[in-house]
Amino acid sequence: MFNSYTESLAVFFGINVLMAFSVYLPSSAGLISLGQGGFMAIGAYTSALLTAKDVPFALALAAGAAVAALIGVLVAAPAVRIRGIYLIIATLGFGEIVRILFINLEFAGGASGLSGIRPLTTLWYVVGVCFFVGLCLWRLRTLTLGRAILAVHEDETAAEAMGIKLLQTKLIAFGGGAAIAGLAGGLFAHYALFIDPEQFGFSRSAEAFLFVVLGGSGNPLGPVIGAAVVTLLPEVLRFLQDWRMSFFAVLLIGCAIWRPGGLVAARPPSRL
Amino acid sequence: MSDAPLLDVTGVGVTYGGYVALDDVSCRVVENSIHALIGPNGAGKTTLFNVVSGLVKPESGSLQFRERQYTGLRPDQILVMGIARNFQQVRLFPVLSVIENVMVGCHSRLPRTSFRDFVLGPLGRDKVDRLARERAAEMLDLVEYRGDTKAPPSQMTLVDQRRIEIARALASDPQLLLLDEPAAGMNPAEASQLSEIIRKIRGLGRTVLLVEHNTRMVFSLADEVTVLSAGKIIASGPPSAVKSDSAVVTAYLGNV
Ligand SMILES: Nc1ncnc2c1ncn2[C@@H]1O[C@H](COP(=O)(O)OP(=O)(O)OP(=O)(O)O)[C@@H](O)[C@H]1O
Ligand SMILES: [Mg+2]
Repeated sequence: MFNSYTESLAVFFGINVLMAFSVYLPSSAGLISLGQGGFMAIGAYTSALLTAKDVPFALALAAGAAVAALIGVLVAAPAVRIRGIYLIIATLGFGEIVRILFINLEFAGGASGLSGIRPLTTLWYVVGVCFFVGLCLWRLRTLTLGRAILAVHEDETAAEAMGIKLLQTKLIAFGGGAAIAGLAGGLFAHYALFIDPEQFGFSRSAEAFLFVVLGGSGNPLGPVIGAAVVTLLPEVLRFLQDWRMSFFAVLLIGCAIWRPGGLVAARPPSRL
Repeated sequence: MSDAPLLDVTGVGVTYGGYVALDDVSCRVVENSIHALIGPNGAGKTTLFNVVSGLVKPESGSLQFRERQYTGLRPDQILVMGIARNFQQVRLFPVLSVIENVMVGCHSRLPRTSFRDFVLGPLGRDKVDRLARERAAEMLDLVEYRGDTKAPPSQMTLVDQRRIEIARALASDPQLLLLDEPAAGMNPAEASQLSEIIRKIRGLGRTVLLVEHNTRMVFSLADEVTVLSAGKIIASGPPSAVKSDSAVVTAYLGNV
């Protein structure tokens, strides 16, 4: 049905959508992360090391997500008390620490990476995971937890005065985002079949962040559109050759000027 | 009635960088009463509300609710304990609709969403959601809010926003409701309607601690009046006694 080019494009698009979701969830609680590449690495390595030991793929993916979530919560517990720019710096530092850690982990291949990972990721697997995560995020809006997350984003003081546990809500949002990045990492590892620490560095984290800025963070469709534009547009614009990235830069600047809330999913203005 | 007060504030002190906002403030609120807290601008009324609801930690003194010491608890724990408040400067959540804002007030009283509710929710069969929605609608009804419940609160008048905030606080089923200038910006008709609502709330077995500058409303409504001036309590007692207190007249009523 697909030739291998379209298929791989679709798979990487799906993985990017998951990375966008992983930024979107914490951002709806007001937590901006520039370290999602680190959680992706944790999910990728954990699941790849497990499938190498013949653990079933689904189980390995879940384990990668769980380890990423756990580390996410541990990292976030001290960091979410601080807000804004400081949290961004903390997550940025985290991403770098993970990269350097994997460079030094001999059993994970060190700087030369892990190769010979089994090809277990199929397009339908990616589509399934994307739909599952997307539906969960969509459903969140009408759940107690989802409203609590939005309330925390809007006004921490009022939220706390209305009985919302600030720390717990933020940790769930941040840990959930880390888990989604871990899933993305697991799917990536078993499609790329080779991983090394550099694949999950700052540019990966920044890209994931860009998806959400571009698409908008008002609802889960925003990150999907953002990921679509960044992943697919460069392919469509191949005819522009060397001017491709310049066109892209212009698009971004235009976006910042005319649609600062994102292409499709702007948050309503946050003031009464 | 039992002698132990519902809320017992003893010797509370708060300073802001050397400025004394509350100085050795003590105050007892009797269960099922309407207790007014009045005083000039900057007297420390809102600061006392912040202390009672846990948003500001007092440097000295203690807080008791139902004879249980609760100094140092977090605001969310205090809400669960049974104290809810509104804000003098309305603080509704802008991205949530009116009804969703009030539903947030219910959160602490809701059961967990089950897996079944999670899956069947899109079919309109989420029990927790239905429960919260019904309760929120009930509270909006209680405060006589007649506007659109699905629109964002920013589209409503300030008076309606105050009503929504009171409904949000009531949704948490508080034993003690703290109202900070709920009648600000209301015309006389709306203010008297609000008085009736406050009586109705008391009629439901709740206790109301009310900060209000509308003295006519205060003296007709309150069972007990405490007067705060420059961070100190200068008088406390039944309205008739407070009204004729010379210190109160000089500090507050005289220049109203
Ligand atoms: N966070 C703060 N930092 C510094 N000073 C503060 C702070 N909050 C209140 N104050 C000061 O403490 C004093 C008491 O303020 P508060 O808001 O409690 O007064 P109030 O009695 O509620 O007055 P109003 O009737 O105007 O609402 C004021 O002088 C105010 O400027
Ligand atoms: Mg005040």
